[in-house]
Amino acid sequence: MNVLYGLLQPDEGEIIVDGVPVTIRSPRDAINAGIGMVHQHFMLVPVFTVTDNVMLGHEPARGGPLGWLDRRRARREVVEISSRYGLRVEPDAVVEDLPVGVQQRVEIVKALTREVNLLILDEPTAVLTPQETDELLNVMRTLKDSGKSIVFITHKLKEVKAIADRITVIRRGRVVGTAPPDTSEEDLAAMMVGRSVILQVEKGPSRPGEPVLQVAGLVVNDERGQRAVAGVDLEVRAGEVLGIAGVQGNGQTELVEAIMGLRPVVAGTVALSGVPITGRRTKDILRAGVGYVPEDRSVDGLVKEFTVAENLVLDIYDRPPYGNGLLLRPESIVASAKERIGQFDVRTPSAEAAVGTLSGGNQQKVIVAREMSRPLKLFVAAQPTRGVDVGSIEFIHNRVIHERDAGTAVLLVSSELDEVQSLADRIAVMYRGKILAVVPPDTPREEIGLLMAGVTAGVDGRGTSDGKVEAAPEPESA
Amino acid sequence: MSTATVDDLTAVAEVRKFWTRDRKAGLVFTVLGVVAMGWFGALAPAETARFTLSEDASGAALEINGQLGAVLFGAIAAAAGVGLLTGAARRWLGQLMGLGIVCFVLSFLCWQVAGKFMPLVDTAAGSLELALPLILGAMAGVLCERSGVVNVAIEGQFLMGAFGAALVGTLAANAWFGLLGALVGGLIIAALLAVLSIRYLVDQVVAGIVLNLLALGLTGFLYERLMQTDAAKYNEPPQLPTWRIPGLAEIPVLGPVVFDTNPLVYLALALVVIIHFGLSRTRWGLRTRAVGEHPTAADTVGIRVLGTRWRNVLVAGLVAGAGGAYFTEVATGSFNKNMTSGAGFIALAALIFGRWTPVGAFGAALFFGFANKLATYLSATGSSVPSQFLNMLPYVATIIAVAGLVGRVRAPAADGKPYVKG
Repeated sequence: MNVLYGLLQPDEGEIIVDGVPVTIRSPRDAINAGIGMVHQHFMLVPVFTVTDNVMLGHEPARGGPLGWLDRRRARREVVEISSRYGLRVEPDAVVEDLPVGVQQRVEIVKALTREVNLLILDEPTAVLTPQETDELLNVMRTLKDSGKSIVFITHKLKEVKAIADRITVIRRGRVVGTAPPDTSEEDLAAMMVGRSVILQVEKGPSRPGEPVLQVAGLVVNDERGQRAVAGVDLEVRAGEVLGIAGVQGNGQTELVEAIMGLRPVVAGTVALSGVPITGRRTKDILRAGVGYVPEDRSVDGLVKEFTVAENLVLDIYDRPPYGNGLLLRPESIVASAKERIGQFDVRTPSAEAAVGTLSGGNQQKVIVAREMSRPLKLFVAAQPTRGVDVGSIEFIHNRVIHERDAGTAVLLVSSELDEVQSLADRIAVMYRGKILAVVPPDTPREEIGLLMAGVTAGVDGRGTSDGKVEAAPEPESA
Repeated sequence: MSTATVDDLTAVAEVRKFWTRDRKAGLVFTVLGVVAMGWFGALAPAETARFTLSEDASGAALEINGQLGAVLFGAIAAAAGVGLLTGAARRWLGQLMGLGIVCFVLSFLCWQVAGKFMPLVDTAAGSLELALPLILGAMAGVLCERSGVVNVAIEGQFLMGAFGAALVGTLAANAWFGLLGALVGGLIIAALLAVLSIRYLVDQVVAGIVLNLLALGLTGFLYERLMQTDAAKYNEPPQLPTWRIPGLAEIPVLGPVVFDTNPLVYLALALVVIIHFGLSRTRWGLRTRAVGEHPTAADTVGIRVLGTRWRNVLVAGLVAGAGGAYFTEVATGSFNKNMTSGAGFIALAALIFGRWTPVGAFGAALFFGFANKLATYLSATGSSVPSQFLNMLPYVATIIAVAGLVGRVRAPAADGKPYVKG
């Protein structure tokens, strides 16, 4: 898709738009050919207003050597497009103050003002609540009805089936096939992976034991000193998976980092098997029997330039048999790496390949292999399958359940509701730094979705609703 | 389990800490005001301080009793501080901070000038002249950094500009050719900065420092080996003329300061206005800021990121080069080794203190120019306050600015980050 939008150049082959071969060397060529794109990571300037962002690159100007801007005309255009397609945006709001759902609407408006015929949406639902996703799907239907073509890239099979007229599956850079929307999820997944996969994680009932992780009254700030976790109490028992559901940015990251000793705790306590670990060094916490899969593997989980073998011993490189505190013993590091590469099905050319050259799924398996190689009491996984192929997801999920059944307590944080529902034995929904409710995994999606949007309808621990629904004052502009 | 309602949650989020930024600023100004009242007031002799409108001690003057003035202005500064501290006047944060600074300075002046006189026109004109290279340097910084290229090489651009002006001006026996030489000098360093940081992705701060050293070594070498062999032939540039704007120059105080001066001042003032409106109201400005804040976003809407940066860095080189001409064609009549002596870094300080905005940087440059002029005045009148304290001011002010006391100091998000496609 980056080639189609002119961000990368093709090595060979051609692009044909409306029957005419075109050369796309830059995004400008793509826009001229009628192609627009909404990127997975929004391409909006945070300190600009909505109008400025929308007009950037094709600004109406009244002339003058530097091009005197006609902001009024640009603003009118934003209002016009947003009302025509039902995309509610406030033209004068500054983008960084807007919730992600609204920012995404701005991106779509931005593409539409360029009069594109083909709109590419790259993983647009990753950052949305289920309700926002439904709204986006409605917008896509409106666009389709007004004659626009849409390429919708996603790894969420439910959404493809809900909206697509045709489904094309790509695996390892090749088109594997095209399927009608009524193809079953299992068949689609099989096409994606190249073999049949079991979408539903097979797991027996959990047998919760002693409490392992106990968090009480935890308060944590984010980088800017804003309150990110505002008093969280939770408990994870041995042999159970506690899933934390929530839209990204509601304090999950800070909660996990505080538990792992990576972020200062403002108030509250964290205890592991009854021993307080609040404020302890991360190294001590890891060696007390905690495994940790960080949210962003390329930043926190791996040293990309290091080899697979080196990355596999990042936690215990200084202990025998890998080292004696002064010198490393490369041969034993490589030997044990080879063993674990086999165990965890890491697809790598060798144990000495740089980890950055592996695919996302295999990088993630390296982390999981490392973290599961210590005796564990608690396994903390943050977004363990983000940007990971279906095959690796299946593998990682099975490993997590395997750990659970071996008596480890598992804390799973994911913004993928499907993942939380299929793995967790209990689901805690986090919203604005608080746990709004803890519900069983078979709670209807819609109900959890509402909780993720901050709507508490008197949901109790058993997941029954008394039907009273109060709408959350969503900080959105009309 | 938990059944918190939305109201509870927002209530938690609304809890604000007591020591907000305006309270901290208020505390600083309260302390400064009290110091001014107590210390300056106690030390100031109870004699008349005269701020004369003419060049010498005679003639019309603004007069105030030194001790009274020191206490009075100190009290106003303290009041401004208290206003912020109590949170009563949060809305006027900027204005009150300005008032606090001005009154603190006035209090200081009342102490120093008591029993003496200070010629206002001379002080103002001198401040503006000393600020001139800082203004041009800071504008060069704004042009560069708003497009995402850190410009630590202002000092080098000054030096090359000063050298170019002296050499070309002398050879051509024409001040305007000298200015042209200055522009080329600044442009050379800017082009090298662009090649290193945009094309070869060298760390921009390192590249800037290297270029400063290059300019220092190169001009020093040529000065010793070429200029000193025959100063009359190579190093006696004609001076830029003084342009008197008819009518406007007659305005008391302001006229002689701003409208009866050298062309570089007009250039600098025009640039401040052009860049200010250019950045906020024109296509060029919008694109420049987009490239400096989020280059990938700019690229995806078809803006040439590298081209925009190149253009801005080169124009910045011209502006800083013109600033260099000040040293040889306005301030002194010849080039000297390392004659800019760190002015480029003070310009950089003005840029940061002015929060990367043209108007802010202009104000900061004026303030630093004034501090510099005041230092000269103090040493001339044999004051008990070492003039070095005032020369330190730009650096102290920058530390305060970076520490966040003058509001959120936020550099352009992509400042200093090379852009690589894909």
